[in-house]
Amino acid sequence: MTKVLRLDAVSRRFGDRQVLDGVSFDVTAGRLTGFVGANGAGKTTSMRIIMGVLAPDSGEVTWAGSRLTRDVRRRIGYMPEERGLYPKMSVRDQLIYLGRLHGLGRDAVRRNAEELIEWLHLGERAGDPLEKLSLGNQQRAQIAAALVHDPEILVLDEPFSGLDPIAVDTVVEVLRERTGRGVPVLFSSHQLDVVERLCDDLVVIAGGQIRAAGARGQLRTQHTLSRYTLTVEGDAGWLRDHPGVHLVDLDGAHAVFELDPSADDQQVLQAALARGPVRAFGPVTPSLAEIFREVAQ
Amino acid sequence: MNTFEAVRIVAAREIRVKLRDKAFLFSTIFFLVFAVGGTVLPAMLAGGPSTVAVTGTAPAALSTADLDVRVVADEATARAQVRDGDVDAALLSDGTVVALTDAPNELVNALSTRPTVELLDPSALDPVLAYLVPLFFALIFFFVSLTFGLQIAQSVTEEKQTRVVEILVAAVPVRVLLAGKVLAGGALAMGQIALIAVVALAGMRIAGSGDMLSLLGPAIGWFLPYFLVGFVMLAALWAAVGALVDRQEDINGASMPVQLVVMIPFFAVAMFSNDPAVMKVLSYVPFAAPAAMPVRLFQGDAAGWEPVLSLVLLAATAVAVLFAGARIYEGSLLRSNGRTSMAAAWRDREARRLAELDAESA
Repeated sequence: MTKVLRLDAVSRRFGDRQVLDGVSFDVTAGRLTGFVGANGAGKTTSMRIIMGVLAPDSGEVTWAGSRLTRDVRRRIGYMPEERGLYPKMSVRDQLIYLGRLHGLGRDAVRRNAEELIEWLHLGERAGDPLEKLSLGNQQRAQIAAALVHDPEILVLDEPFSGLDPIAVDTVVEVLRERTGRGVPVLFSSHQLDVVERLCDDLVVIAGGQIRAAGARGQLRTQHTLSRYTLTVEGDAGWLRDHPGVHLVDLDGAHAVFELDPSADDQQVLQAALARGPVRAFGPVTPSLAEIFREVAQ
Repeated sequence: MNTFEAVRIVAAREIRVKLRDKAFLFSTIFFLVFAVGGTVLPAMLAGGPSTVAVTGTAPAALSTADLDVRVVADEATARAQVRDGDVDAALLSDGTVVALTDAPNELVNALSTRPTVELLDPSALDPVLAYLVPLFFALIFFFVSLTFGLQIAQSVTEEKQTRVVEILVAAVPVRVLLAGKVLAGGALAMGQIALIAVVALAGMRIAGSGDMLSLLGPAIGWFLPYFLVGFVMLAALWAAVGALVDRQEDINGASMPVQLVVMIPFFAVAMFSNDPAVMKVLSYVPFAAPAAMPVRLFQGDAAGWEPVLSLVLLAATAVAVLFAGARIYEGSLLRSNGRTSMAAAWRDREARRLAELDAESA
């Protein structure tokens, strides 16, 4: 059976503010799970509870069925929201230090550090103090720090913020390699296009509650409104009077419309063909941004 | 990985970083130069034994004194050598001492008959030493605990400021971080002091001030355990104030109470070192004892059991302070919104709740 990192009815309050309210979701081994939500929705608090930096008021976090212990947490790779490594230490030294602190032996840690330095193209700067590196390179070093101890699970808070598109591709490649080895990856992001492109599973949080969770494709189908797009030659204005059709948008030859559940999309297509050539016709799948906007309200 | 191993890894990083720190290296070199200068230089400036030109056979008294005796042919040669500065003085056959501006004391003493002298308090101290030695102990404790304490606070704040602490705390318990830092600070401070002590002792030996050594020995022997316990106690407080703030610039303000706790005893010991009554009280006040008790031992004012009792008192206080410091450290390390008040850190329950969860799921 595939291992699952599970949050089970986790709640947390800060003073009067209920930050998490019965949060439950799964991160499955070998899958990239995107965690999206507006600022203050509870992403970072959830991740900090997984990492044992914060305690939940109620609920629990389990890995493969049993509650997370410190020994298991030590095998998680973590990238906190606010970036930070030692500014005056070299990249190589801090990778080795963090690897050792996570319980890895001296030789293994050296091997991993060199491998990551090469993979993330940090070779020339690995001996320099972190503060001398460009922001992009510091960000890569931060990712290396989360990976240096061969983590069994990855929890990354906004791993793509501050990265240029090429660096995003490098990191995606690294993360894909990890999921290929069966590592579950939870990453938060507010860049919905990146999440859309990357994630296998998706968790949407708003106001401390999970609004949607599941495989990306499945969520798409779930949230597909019966909406269609049609492009014809000539004017598509006749659609206005077609039974069961509600026009959403009409721009000359191009129309977006919704259909009553009783209506048949193929009938609309035939009606269009009867009037002339049809250049495009099909159901509209909602973008992640649209799903997000819909569920997060 | 057990707790001990984790503490060792944390401490090793602190030490490695410090050993590459230029300010630390320069201050160590400065102290060493100071120690060498203070012990060897006076002896070097004093020069070697006086040289004496003697006509005829030298009296037996001269050979026992520390003098460089040279036999010359006649009076004229002896006088010429004194004038040229080849010798410091000449002893003529009639017993006259010839010198240029003043006769060397050793020579005059060797030739005089001295009365029998009986000292009623032979161990009474040279007043200069009696003033300098207490100052020296107080200064070392003050200076070392202040600089290393501040460095511990800075290292804690650095981790908080850069947020690396979140990665660390996810990997090891907060107390492991604290223990590693205190241990590293203690080891470095003791190392620096030991290095200075060895150099100073070697300097004294070279300079031939052996009696100074035997006088200072017991005081130094007691100073080390006092220093160690006192340092650990203060280090926990420094770590705690470092965790209260999340910017290096704020350390100074937050650490004011700890600075006072270090500074007031220093000035008290420096000012009252000649007042046995005050020193007696100070040698039992935990924050002043590491400086005050060695002074009393050096002055011979303390009974044999006194340093033991005072050390036990200090150790008990240190344990209590260590727990308080650890609680403030734990309660403030992960709070990231500006400066945490000591009371808020004291009341914070996050660390304890996490520890309980850990215990439950272990």
